[in-house]
Amino acid sequence: MLNNIAALFTDGAPPAPTAAFESIQTATVGAGGSSSVSFTSIPSTYKHLQIRGIARNTAAGTASDYILLKINSDTGANYAFHWLYGTGTAAGATASTSRSNLPIGTCWQTSALANSFSSVVCDLLDYSNTNKYKTTRARGGGDTNNASYQEANFMSGLWMNTNAISQIDISSSSGNLAQYSSFALYGVK
Amino acid sequence: MGSNNMAVTYEPIATYTIPSAQSSYTFSSVSTAYTDLVLIGNMAAGSTNFDIQVGNGSADTGTNYSSVRLYGNGSAAGSDRQFNNSTGIMGNIGNSTTVPTNFMIYFQNYKNTSIFKTFLTRFNDSGAIAFSITGLWRSTSAINTIKIYSTSGSNIPAGSTFTIYGILAA
Repeated sequence: MLNNIAALFTDGAPPAPTAAFESIQTATVGAGGSSSVSFTSIPSTYKHLQIRGIARNTAAGTASDYILLKINSDTGANYAFHWLYGTGTAAGATASTSRSNLPIGTCWQTSALANSFSSVVCDLLDYSNTNKYKTTRARGGGDTNNASYQEANFMSGLWMNTNAISQIDISSSSGNLAQYSSFALYGVK
Repeated sequence: MGSNNMAVTYEPIATYTIPSAQSSYTFSSVSTAYTDLVLIGNMAAGSTNFDIQVGNGSADTGTNYSSVRLYGNGSAAGSDRQFNNSTGIMGNIGNSTTVPTNFMIYFQNYKNTSIFKTFLTRFNDSGAIAFSITGLWRSTSAINTIKIYSTSGSNIPAGSTFTIYGILAA
C-alpha cells in the first residue's frame, strides 16, 4: 500500500492494476502421447486455482474414461467425488469414496470420433488453506456427433488433506493422454 | 517479477449492446492471440430461440454442429442431444417476454487447427430450466467468427449485451 501511495507522488500516475487471473503453467501432450502431465511447484500466492483443458486418450475403443488428478503425489485412498451427467438420452448421477485419484472430467478413447476432444474447466478452491480439506468443482464433457459416447457433466471432488496444493498430476483412467491434449493452470487472486 | 508485470490472461476483447432490435449480431475477426474464448450474453426479455454459429471468415451454416444437454427443471433432471445440426448450442436461449436470460460459453483451444472445437455452455431458460451443454463444431479451422441469431427468425431485443473475453495460457 505504501509503495502504491509513493508511486502516486513519484510518477504522477496510479499503479498498474493487479491482474486477478494469471496463467501459471501449461502442458500440451506431443506426438506419441503421455501417461500424465504435471504442474509442479505451484505457488501459494493465489486464492484459487483453475485448470482449463481438453483431452482424449490412447486406449482402444470408443468408450469414455476419466480425466484424473493426483494432488501432491498422494496415492492414498484420500479422494472422493460426485458426478452428475447427461448422455443425450438420460441424466444420471454417481459417486465414489476412498479413491486413490480424483476424476474431474471425461475423455474419449482412440476410436471415438476423430479430432473430437472433451473439455473441462475445474476450480480448486482455497487450495492453500491448511485448515481444511480441499474441494474441487468441474464442468465439462464432449460430443462426438452421435458417433460414439457423448456427455455433459458436473463433478465435485474432495481431497482429504489439509496440506496446501503444490503439485497436480493429470492422467487418464485408461491409456495415455493423446496428442493435443492440453491443460493450463491459472491462479485466481 | 512483480505481480503488476504479469501478463494479462483474462481480458475483454469486444463487447456490444444491441441498440435496437436486429436479426443477428456477429463478432468478426476475433483475435487468435488467446488460448480460450469466453462469450457472456444477456438476452433481454423478448428473446426467442437464440443460438450461435461459429466459423473462420464467416459463420458456418452447414450441418457441422452437434451437442448434448443436461438440464434440470426443478422436479427432474434430463438429457437430450442433436447431431448433424446447423447451430451450435441447440437453441432455446430466451423464451420469455418478461425475463432476461444469461448465458456463458467457453470455447476451448479455439485456434488449434489440429482438433475439432468443443464448447461448454451454461444458460438458464426463462421457463425455469437450468442447462449445461457440450457442443462440437466439426472443423479444424480456428474460430474467428461468432454469430448470435434466432433459429426461429425473431430479432434480438434492444438492450441485449454480448462480451467476448480472451484467456491466454502461458
